[in-house]
Amino acid sequence: MRGRDDVVVLGVGMHPWGKWGRNFVEYGVAAATDALGDAGLDWGDVQFVSGADTMRNGYPGYVAGATFAQALGWTGVPVASSYAACASGATAMEVARTRILAGLCDVALVVGADTTPKGFLAPTSGERPDDPDWLRFRLLGATNPTYFALYARRRMDLYGATDADFARVKVKNARHGLNNANARYRKEVTESEVLASPMVADPLRLLEICATSDGGAAVVLASAAFARRHTTEPVRVAAISTATPTYPNAVIEMPNFATDSWAAAAPPERPFKASIAAAAYDEAGIGPEDLSLAEVYDLSAALELDWYEDIGLCKPGEAERLLNDGDTTIGGRVPVNPSGGLSCFGEAVPAQAIAQVCEVTWQLRGRATGRQVEGARVGITANQGLFGHGSSVLLAR
Amino acid sequence: MTKTRVPAVEGWFTSDPDRPALLGQRCAACGTYVFPPRDRSWCPNPGCAGRQLDEVELSRRGTVWSYTDARYQPPLPYVVPGAEHRPFALAAVELAAEGLVVMGQVVPGVSVDDLAVGAPVELVVDTLYEDDEHTYLVWKWAPVAGGGGA
Repeated sequence: MRGRDDVVVLGVGMHPWGKWGRNFVEYGVAAATDALGDAGLDWGDVQFVSGADTMRNGYPGYVAGATFAQALGWTGVPVASSYAACASGATAMEVARTRILAGLCDVALVVGADTTPKGFLAPTSGERPDDPDWLRFRLLGATNPTYFALYARRRMDLYGATDADFARVKVKNARHGLNNANARYRKEVTESEVLASPMVADPLRLLEICATSDGGAAVVLASAAFARRHTTEPVRVAAISTATPTYPNAVIEMPNFATDSWAAAAPPERPFKASIAAAAYDEAGIGPEDLSLAEVYDLSAALELDWYEDIGLCKPGEAERLLNDGDTTIGGRVPVNPSGGLSCFGEAVPAQAIAQVCEVTWQLRGRATGRQVEGARVGITANQGLFGHGSSVLLAR
Repeated sequence: MTKTRVPAVEGWFTSDPDRPALLGQRCAACGTYVFPPRDRSWCPNPGCAGRQLDEVELSRRGTVWSYTDARYQPPLPYVVPGAEHRPFALAAVELAAEGLVVMGQVVPGVSVDDLAVGAPVELVVDTLYEDDEHTYLVWKWAPVAGGGGA
């Protein structure tokens, strides 16, 4: 545990989520400008730019670090661009953090932004029979919610989760995000409204599945020494996990057709999704019992319940009880998704893991207006992207 | 004119009308399985240095690990069979001998109400979609009448 030498979040910023239909670079620049202002720094102070890539916006999206550096005005600053699907933002943060920890720079800007099409996320066009993400649509018609639904059905079968449990996750998150100016959906819903929304992929309904959104998020990371000169309220990056699965991964993962085989080697004691936060806890010497709050990747309402268990808030099968006891509601023992989560934001892929860190930072500073978790000291983010990308960021003050 | 029946993907399954099967691979050294088959020869098990994967037919029967359906039309490159989208069920099926869970559509006419976790199913080959000249085939899962064992 480094503690005093931890990299610090010096500034955070976001462009509000929505369906704005403008170029993603605009959202990224707005978020970066906000984050720099929040840090009390100028663009010229930035010594490294780490971009999180988008696959849906042509070449500029594949070289996000350079795209944002050019948009802010070339200064000669070195850049990197990372792609790790939904975990891209965390990977970009890890690239910046390790560069700071290596002593190669003191201040880094991390940016992710996306402009998304309407409807289901679809693979990029063209005939690409060697790409499993293309093939799963062609051969199975398996959209992303299909995979979320398999997990949801499994929860019902293994643990007795009900439609009402899933609906109550949505009700909670809608209430959490009500006053969040960066959230796209700010409207209370009732359990019966959720249950009356159309079924998309049984047992998941429209209001239980996250939408796709436009948005941008940025963080300014700094070395501990630099941060001491610039802030009196440092939020420490206690750990970043960018875990991948351990063979054999016995859980079917998007966009795959099959699991690994466990015929010759036993599956790991800790399944992939549970190993993601565990790696962050191990690095930081912090445990789930220390958490004040969590921001988890609720691609579906049911998936939020899986995360309760996978980040160690409770044992497998106990998530519904935690939810129904109010433990994960603001005011409860360990609020989950006080921002409103993906439920209120929709997913802007490369920005989302960064947005989670923005929220935890605001919470730890006591500045999450209208959704503050009182006395928050430690927060975790958790996220999983397709093709085996886990990510988790542990922040503390 | 009858249309030519062709697999929608090469080398992933046999189209034997009586006994269709998924085509996987097995490592000659450690015995682990791979599906879909790969065009590379090394074993995916990091604890194995094997460099030979042999083509094998996978078990034709398994049990439902989980299931769902597609109420809305999936986007391209999915091709709607017929005039308009009709919801279809999907299942992830556990093959005990291979230690694999394999996704597949469920045959038309079977809805989520007819499925359950743990229910036995078997592999069939069925139409995925058609064009003017071809019927494109894919594997699907079908409930086993009477719920017999694998």
